[in-house]
Amino acid sequence: MSAMRLAAALASCAGLTVLALLPMYVDAYYLALAIGLLQFTVLATAWGLFSGPTRYVSLATTAFFGVGAYTVAVLGELLSWPLVLLIATVIGALMAVIVGLSTLRLSGLHFVIFTFGLAELIRQLVIWYEVNKTRVLGRYVFVDITQKDIYWQLLVLAVAVFVIGWLIARSRLGFALRIIGEDETVAKHCGINVTVAKVTLFTISAVFMTLVGAIMAPRWTYIEPSIAFNATISFEVVIMALLGGAHRLWGPALGAIPLTLLFEFLAARFPTASTLIMGVIFLLIVYALPAGVVGLWDNFRRQWRPQRTGQGVKA
Amino acid sequence: MTNAIFTGLMLGGMYALIAMGLTLQYGVARIMNLSYGEFLVAAAFASYWLFTGWALNPLLGLALVIPAGFGVSLLLYRVLLTPLVRRARTRGALEVDSILATFGMMFIVQGIMLSMFGGAYFSYSFLAIPVSLFGEILALNRLIAFGLAVAVGLALYLALTRTRLGTSIRAVAVDPMAAQLVAIDVLRTSAFAFALGGALVAAAGVLISMFLTFSASSGVIFTMKALIVVVMGGVGNLLGCLVAGLALGLSESLVATFVDPGLTLAVNFALFLGVLLVKPAGLFGRAQR
Repeated sequence: MSAMRLAAALASCAGLTVLALLPMYVDAYYLALAIGLLQFTVLATAWGLFSGPTRYVSLATTAFFGVGAYTVAVLGELLSWPLVLLIATVIGALMAVIVGLSTLRLSGLHFVIFTFGLAELIRQLVIWYEVNKTRVLGRYVFVDITQKDIYWQLLVLAVAVFVIGWLIARSRLGFALRIIGEDETVAKHCGINVTVAKVTLFTISAVFMTLVGAIMAPRWTYIEPSIAFNATISFEVVIMALLGGAHRLWGPALGAIPLTLLFEFLAARFPTASTLIMGVIFLLIVYALPAGVVGLWDNFRRQWRPQRTGQGVKA
Repeated sequence: MTNAIFTGLMLGGMYALIAMGLTLQYGVARIMNLSYGEFLVAAAFASYWLFTGWALNPLLGLALVIPAGFGVSLLLYRVLLTPLVRRARTRGALEVDSILATFGMMFIVQGIMLSMFGGAYFSYSFLAIPVSLFGEILALNRLIAFGLAVAVGLALYLALTRTRLGTSIRAVAVDPMAAQLVAIDVLRTSAFAFALGGALVAAAGVLISMFLTFSASSGVIFTMKALIVVVMGGVGNLLGCLVAGLALGLSESLVATFVDPGLTLAVNFALFLGVLLVKPAGLFGRAQR
C-alpha cells in the first residue's frame, strides 16, 4: 500500500509539473480553456468540501464568486495584488460567517432557499450602494495580470483546495462533519458543536470561491454587478459536483472537467439551447447517477474485489 | 401612505396566491418544487398567446389553462417524481432529490420558453382601466386579479376543511405514515395535491400576466418569493400563506415608497430570517421532532 501511495505522490508531482509548465507551450485558446477547467475544478471541489459531507445543497457559489470579483473591481487599482486578494479573503470569510450563523442553524431546506436568493440579494445591495452612494455602476479593471498569471494562481489554489480538503478529511472536524451528514441528532448527542463545525467548513469553502472570483476578475476588463453575480455559475457548480460525486474529495473535479468542456462546446455550437441541455443533463444525473461517477467507481470496485481475491486463493 | 398600503395589500394577495400552490406541493406531496416559478411564467405565456393569437379573454383563458396545469403537473408527478418518492428512504433524502430533480426541470422549462419566445419581456393590455376606490386610483385588472385570488383562496380553504378529499389531503400533510393506517392512499393523494398545486400556479400565472410584464427567465424570482412565503407562513398551512404573503407585500411596498425601491429583496430576506430565527417552523407551523 505504501508503495502505491508513493507512486501516486510521484505521479501527482509529475502531473503538477506538467500543468505548471503548460502555459509555455499552448496558444491563447487552450490557455483560456485550461483556465476555465481550473476555475470550475476549484469551485466544484470547494463546493463539495462543505456540501459533500453535510449534504446541505448550497446555491451560494455565485454570491461568493461575485464578491471576490467585485472586490477586485473596486480595489484592484488602489492596492497591491496580494493585498487585494487578502481583503477579498477577509470579506468572503466574514460574509460566510454571517450567512452561516444565521442560516445553518435552520434546517437544510431553509438553507437552500436562502442561498438560492443570496446572490440576487447581494447584487441588489451592491447596485443600490453604487447608485446611491458612489454613483458609479460598472467599473473598469486595469491590473497588470496576464492570462498566464491567472492560470498559475488558479493552479496554486487548486493544489491548496485539495491539500486542505485532504487535511480536513483526516481531522476531527472532518469526522464530526461526516457524523452530522449521517444524522445531526446523533452528532449533537456525541457532544459535537454542530453549528461551529458547519460554519467553519462553510467559511473555508466560501473563501476558496471568493478567491476564484478575485483571481478571475482581471479576465474581464469591465465589471458590473450583473456580470459578477451571474447565477448560472452556482447551478453549473452543483451539476458538476453531483456528476462527479460530492462525497469524495476528488469527485467534483471528475465532474467539473467533462462538463466544462461540454458547456464550452455547447456555448459555441448551440448558444440558444444551452439552458435546455443543461436541464436535461441535470435530470440524467439525478436519475441515472445519484452517487456520481465516484459512486459508479465504488460499485465497480466492490464487484471486482472479491473475485480477484478468490482467484488469488485458487492460485 | 394609503396608496402604499393598498399596493402592498394587492401585492401581498398575489404572493399569497402564488404561494398556495407551492404549500400544497411541498406540504402534502413533499416535493420542494424549484421549477414552480417557471410553471407560473409558462401559464402567463399561455395566456398571452391565447389573448394575442386568439383574442381570448384571459378570464375565459383560465378555463383552459387551469386544467392544463392540473394535467401537466399530474403527469410530471406520475412520471418523473414517483420514482424519486419510491427511491427515497427518508424525508430528507426525498427533499434533496426533489430539489435537484425540479432544479433540472426548471432549466428545461426555461430553455423551452427561451427557444420559443426569446429573452424579451412580454405584456398585454387587458382591462387597464383606472378605477377609484377609497380615493385612490387603481387599475381594474389588478383589482379583478386580487378579487379572484381571494375567491380561489377561500374556495381552496373550504375544500380542504369541508370535504372528504380535503380532509385526507390534510391528513397526509400532517403524517403520511399515520394516514396510511386510516386507509388513505398516500401516493394518490400526494399526486392529487401536487396536481392541484399545479392548477393553482397556472391560475396565478394567468392572473399575474394581466398586469405584470414577464420574460422567459423571470420565473426564478417568483419561485423565490413563493418559497419565502411558504416557509415563513409554515409549510402546508393556508392561513400562514395568507398572513406571510400579506406581510411580505406590505413590507415591500412600504419600503419601496419610503426608503428605496432597490431594497425590496433585502427586506424580504430580513423578514424571512427574522421570522425563522424566532419561529423555525414558520408563523403557523408546528415544530417537528
